[in-house]
Amino acid sequence: MYATNRGWERTWTGAADPTVLIDAAGADLYEPAAMSEPHASSEALFTASEQQQFDKGIAELLSHYPPDRKSAAMLPALRLLQTLKGWLPPEGMKQVAQKLHTTVEKAYEVATFYVMFHTSPPGKYTIDVCTNLSCALRGAEGLLSYLEEKLGLRAGTKNERYFLRETECLASCGTAPCFQVNEDHHENLTKAKVDQILEKLA
Amino acid sequence: MSVLTEKVMMRDWARAGQNTLSVYKQHGGYAQAKKALELSPPQIIDEVKKSQLRGRGGAGFPTGLKWSFVPSIDKNPKPRYLAINADESEPGTAKDRFILENDPHLLLEGIAIACYALNAHTCYIYSRGEFKYPSSVLDKAIADAYADGIFGKKLLGKDFELNVYQVRGAGAYICGEETALLESLEGKKGWPRLKPPFPAVVGLFGCPTVVNNVETIAALPRIFEKGAQWFSDLGLGKSGGTRLVTLSGTVNQPGTYEVAMNTTMKELIFEKEYGNGLPEGRSVKAVIPGGSSAPVLTADELDVKLEFDAFKPLQSMAGSGGIIVMDDTTCMVRCLWRVARFYAEESCGQCTPCREGQPWMTRLLRKIEEGRGTEEDLETLTNVAQAIAPWPPIGLGNTICALGDAGALPVQSFVQKFKKDFLDHISLKRCPYGDKPWGALGEFR
Repeated sequence: MYATNRGWERTWTGAADPTVLIDAAGADLYEPAAMSEPHASSEALFTASEQQQFDKGIAELLSHYPPDRKSAAMLPALRLLQTLKGWLPPEGMKQVAQKLHTTVEKAYEVATFYVMFHTSPPGKYTIDVCTNLSCALRGAEGLLSYLEEKLGLRAGTKNERYFLRETECLASCGTAPCFQVNEDHHENLTKAKVDQILEKLA
Repeated sequence: MSVLTEKVMMRDWARAGQNTLSVYKQHGGYAQAKKALELSPPQIIDEVKKSQLRGRGGAGFPTGLKWSFVPSIDKNPKPRYLAINADESEPGTAKDRFILENDPHLLLEGIAIACYALNAHTCYIYSRGEFKYPSSVLDKAIADAYADGIFGKKLLGKDFELNVYQVRGAGAYICGEETALLESLEGKKGWPRLKPPFPAVVGLFGCPTVVNNVETIAALPRIFEKGAQWFSDLGLGKSGGTRLVTLSGTVNQPGTYEVAMNTTMKELIFEKEYGNGLPEGRSVKAVIPGGSSAPVLTADELDVKLEFDAFKPLQSMAGSGGIIVMDDTTCMVRCLWRVARFYAEESCGQCTPCREGQPWMTRLLRKIEEGRGTEEDLETLTNVAQAIAPWPPIGLGNTICALGDAGALPVQSFVQKFKKDFLDHISLKRCPYGDKPWGALGEFR
């Protein structure tokens, strides 16, 4: 059985047939030795209660997939890590890879493909402004420059407090313009409404 | 005139607490699934075929036919999967989000029917990463359905196990493409797969998989409530039922509406119940009819009915129902630049024509918009688009998935239908609309 039907994703396993990743009993043959021992600094990453949440969360996620498809839980696992730590620290990536029986490189391959995953710490508040066509026709370009001026940031840059960036359509086309602050959705925006939202951010 | 008199999909959205299980059940919820589960799977598939239900995700493919491509269990004994595409991210489209927010159990009831028909014991709902609130409503709905014994070991008391999980994406438009969605569900980056084999034969984890849009599956309880014939009669031609469309851009009443298949574009934009026209003194210049990838229509082409096949003669498509209106003071080059930029940003990088071509077109458009363009640039622009996906007709793309086409079609149709706008930019060496390119409502207040 192939773990994937795409040639370039097969990984050398040490088994006789390089394409075999899973043996007849369904056990993973591919478990890198380096990662089977927990890293020394892993305790520093999570507090005890975070670690418990993480372990429990991952176990729950793995139960959603066939036992020989642990790496399928990658997206939800990365989301869990990011919910706990606010971003994806390298130490956490190692733990995710280990739990999902895959490599850190594969975890990063996924993490860097999706814009919602932060592989470096974002500001305290990530502000995603939709500037796609439907929003632009209702003033999104003005909204963006209003925010740039107010926060003293250019779109696409961050400081310790804010990460301001343009994003693509947020399915708020009939209620444009819109933005999301740390994934909280705000629509039908006006200058007054933006002021109000920003004031509430502690 | 054809304004839809009775809502079908949006019927219960206004009811308080409709997104909770108790209210949903009080008003006959899950009764349709119980009814459907008394039929045999082939009978259910026949009903769906008879209803003329077509996929609401963009392609308009007949749902019953799609289901019948799943091989029989003796030919392929692997488990079957149902994947629900809730990764709504085509610019201009905001309809699935409202189904999740307002009536999540309608989707779950549809899932119960579909999984039983397909003999699928696991369903993954792939919802968009940015949908924090809709996802939380759906999570609650799924948990309630489990607690009530609807899902789990015994689906609605029947000897059939069904597990439903929500998986949230993480911000990649490409994952709305069905095979990229499957890759993402398998925990990988969303790179579309070559077809064939189609997902119905080799899908999730190499098993037969059906991928359906939220609105498609949410229509199933209605079909079993009033009958396939009724649903088919509601529609027009080969398109059964009604449609949810999102009206946005320069109209007085933007929003998400339910329309009949024979409602025309003009009615949608101008009727009081829908868009209620444009701001005073303005007229329609251009309309994107089905999400930003659909070739643009001019003001002369608005008598088209909002049914799937009606757009074919216009070399455009009904797509995902995202309708974007631009008035006569809107700069077409600027609009197209926004659209092209989106596809450049969202190209997954797998196929060369798309990965290289989309950013190239975006740079050329920016050059023209800023008044630095030449007629040669305009020719290069259409050449690049033609190399990614020749048009017309739709569907000749040179890339693995349709994202290549999606980026090339708007470029070709905008340049062909609004060539004057482009030439004006070149001859004036600036944007003729100055610092107000966005039309009557384009200012942020």
